Amino acid sequence: MADKIVISSENETFLAKIIELSGEAVTVCDQCGTCSGSCPMIAEMDLTPSQMMRMVQLGQRETLDSKTMWLCASCFACTVRCPRGLDLSKVAEALRQVTLRKAIDHIDIRAIPADELAELPQIALVGALRKLTG
Amino acid sequence: MRVGVYVCHCGGNISEVVDVKKVAEAAGAHADVVISRDYEHMCSDLGQKLIADDIAEHKLDRVVVAACSPQFQGGTFMRVLETSGLNPHVLEMANIREHCSWCHGDSPAEATGKAVSLTNMAIARVRLDEALEKRTMPIGHRTLVVGGGIAGIQTALDLGDSGFQVHLVERSPSIGGKMAQLSRTFPTEDCSACILSPKMADVPANPNIELLTYSEVESVEGHLGGFEVTVVRKARYVDPDKCVACGLCEEKCPVSVPNEYEEGLTSRKAIYVPFGFAVPNKNVIDESVCLRLTKGGTVCGLCQKVCPHDAISFDDKPRTERITVDTIVVATGYDTFDAAKKTVYGYGRYENVVTAMQMERMIVHAAEGSPIRPIKGRIGFIQCVGSRDEQVGNEYCSRVCCMYASKLSQLLKRSDPKRDVYVFYTDLRAFGKGFEEYYKRGQEAGVKFVRGRVAELLEDPVTKKVTVKVEDTLSRQIIESEFDLVVLSVGMEPNAGTESIAGMLRLTKSPDGFLQEAHPKFKPVDTLTEGVFLAGTVQGPKDIPDTVSQASAAAARAIRLMNQGEHVLSPVVAFVHESACDGCGECVAACPVEAISVTSGVARISEAECTGCGACISSCPTDALDLRAYTNDQLLAEVREAVGEGGGRGTAVLVFADDMTGYRLADNVGTARLTYDTDSRIIRVPSGSRVTPKLMLEAFAAGAGGILIAESEEKSSPYAGSAKVMRKNVAVARQALEDRGIEPERVRSIEFVTVMLAKFAAEVNGLAALVRKLGPIPEDKRNYLSKGIGERRLVDSR
Repeated sequence: MADKIVISSENETFLAKIIELSGEAVTVCDQCGTCSGSCPMIAEMDLTPSQMMRMVQLGQRETLDSKTMWLCASCFACTVRCPRGLDLSKVAEALRQVTLRKAIDHIDIRAIPADELAELPQIALVGALRKLTG
Repeated sequence: MRVGVYVCHCGGNISEVVDVKKVAEAAGAHADVVISRDYEHMCSDLGQKLIADDIAEHKLDRVVVAACSPQFQGGTFMRVLETSGLNPHVLEMANIREHCSWCHGDSPAEATGKAVSLTNMAIARVRLDEALEKRTMPIGHRTLVVGGGIAGIQTALDLGDSGFQVHLVERSPSIGGKMAQLSRTFPTEDCSACILSPKMADVPANPNIELLTYSEVESVEGHLGGFEVTVVRKARYVDPDKCVACGLCEEKCPVSVPNEYEEGLTSRKAIYVPFGFAVPNKNVIDESVCLRLTKGGTVCGLCQKVCPHDAISFDDKPRTERITVDTIVVATGYDTFDAAKKTVYGYGRYENVVTAMQMERMIVHAAEGSPIRPIKGRIGFIQCVGSRDEQVGNEYCSRVCCMYASKLSQLLKRSDPKRDVYVFYTDLRAFGKGFEEYYKRGQEAGVKFVRGRVAELLEDPVTKKVTVKVEDTLSRQIIESEFDLVVLSVGMEPNAGTESIAGMLRLTKSPDGFLQEAHPKFKPVDTLTEGVFLAGTVQGPKDIPDTVSQASAAAARAIRLMNQGEHVLSPVVAFVHESACDGCGECVAACPVEAISVTSGVARISEAECTGCGACISSCPTDALDLRAYTNDQLLAEVREAVGEGGGRGTAVLVFADDMTGYRLADNVGTARLTYDTDSRIIRVPSGSRVTPKLMLEAFAAGAGGILIAESEEKSSPYAGSAKVMRKNVAVARQALEDRGIEPERVRSIEFVTVMLAKFAAEVNGLAALVRKLGPIPEDKRNYLSKGIGERRLVDSR
């Protein structure tokens, strides 16, 4: 059976949150798909960028389960082409922020041997600790 | 005095922001306001009756309506007064919709305060209103139609058939416009040329129509009932009376250039007939490419030698013709979007990317069995090229592309059912009569409609095939496939000539760049310039049926005016307080239309010539000049209410907005729901020049914090020289402020066109912010200011 979308007041809250964090009027996206057709990372994504926008419009929290926003490289190919002038990379960043702000550690630093830790670049550590791609 | 005040809800447009009860209550507190009401719809029958009944019952002698902009319903309420036995000029409207509820929707408390203040300003003004005499002028039966596409043709024929004299001016050598290039018309698939050509032929056959092709309107002076039009008739170099379009000249002409009619797919000669069914069907020489005309001397001249009718003359010169008409219909049409601007689609660089207009021509020739370019393989249409795309600056939908792509795609599919035809669209809009059914026929024929806007096209450098990259947004899969031919469904843009005709006729543009109608619902073909009408795509994208309807409507609206035989003129004219006039004659020089003379030591105004701009008033050293309906006393009374009691907070920004542009711009800003500082009051003046330095200083003395004069851009102002006088007045006022130790930057002026919505809001906000930073003008300085004004002459204005 096809999946059901259940709409509740939670959905509005989630949409409002993403609009606030991104500063983008997500609701004006008219789902033309220019972003998806332009995206160089599309082959790796589970949701297309336009699908990500659609789910945010409907306030679907499940958007956060997707890899799409973590794969967004902020190359702005979508942004410079969006006929509605939306900056999708900001929306992707907003989605990342929602997860990041939960401050969940994805690795246990103490489990990493000290000599290995000394070798690891800071950015890789932070990435691994906070981002789902780690 | 017995004033009635009526506060309109405008069905929520006002009352959802402004507390209308409070406004009515505040107005009712004035001793001379005998009745003050609020009502759902003042402009409705019942609302009008309410006023009429009150005038009878309460013996009202003044009426204030706090509602929308007077440019919309001013006339309605004036008629109510007139039919109730009052002079229509003892009415004032407080614009609490465009200038209040619509532009302050985010601050209802302040909006209510402002609405009270605007209503008080109107009350202060209405007390000083005088009964003004009706002036009329005769109006004849002559119309100028600008543009000879289907809109102009239909308008001209309707007017001509109704017995009105028409001058139809067309820029190119033939009438017919874009419709003459189309293959078939949707949704009925009539052959476009077949249905258009008889109409084109009717034009020169109509005894009431004078057809001026290859001609351009150079300038327009005057007004309804007396537009003086200068038309330049370009040199054809071929005498149309002798030419029979035999084609011998074309055979001999050695110059070949891209053929505009065929969208550059074929070439034409320097001497040519625009197309087969051109009207007039005569040759013309393109002087920009003809060898003789570009190089001079005795170069070439083959056409002249071969012409059997001696029709060619290289000495032909452009001629200027002057025409006087009573009304004007603008039907200058559109241009297709320049596809090369959308660089990701490679138009002009990729061999197999064409525009839809080129496809129209390709289909016409293919159907005639003489293809001008092969149509084979897989074909893809890309929709919304240049429409609904903020990246190219066009936010609007062009309304015709969905249906013409449906048409072209199914014509192609039906002519060869094995052919793959795809249409990539964002939304498919099939809103017109028979459109949805026609779209379905395309689907039945096997055209594949894919919902997704194409992201980019890539050309294979060897095969020249084009790869389309697009998301099928319905399946959420990316399509990356090769096409043999890609057709760009380009949208409509305002024609290149729109700008100049708009300037000549003082027409305003909507934010999309097309010309603005007087009212989007009830005056869809009128403009704010009386006697000027719009027909067709010059007003906005539309298809042929809508264009023809509008063209007939424009003709009917023009006839409505002309059949009245006379036209009522504005009673706003300058007048002289004779006892104060010492006959110095400075106003004579100041008047831009030479309407003032000095006889027996007193200035006299010729009311027939006076345009009511107010430019003369600041020239008078003795304050003897004044303007009806905008008297010194009225403006000052309005200013005093605007700044608030006892000078208010001292931060009010007064915007003196000229009637032609500033005031309408402020209306448009409201209509667009742009917001700006609530501590602003818009005061209507006929022109910026009406705001005298003395009035400005009096305003500051009364407690104003800043003054902005919103004036028409010089070239679009109805009043010659107003901007110049305004600039001088501003300079005088600033100097006077500086001399009295007050910041001169409190006075600003901007010369606007009516599309500068954001700039208007930004200017008001900028001045409001500055005034807040500077603070109110201290009381001692204000007192000093008011003393200074009493002197006989403020500053030598010479």
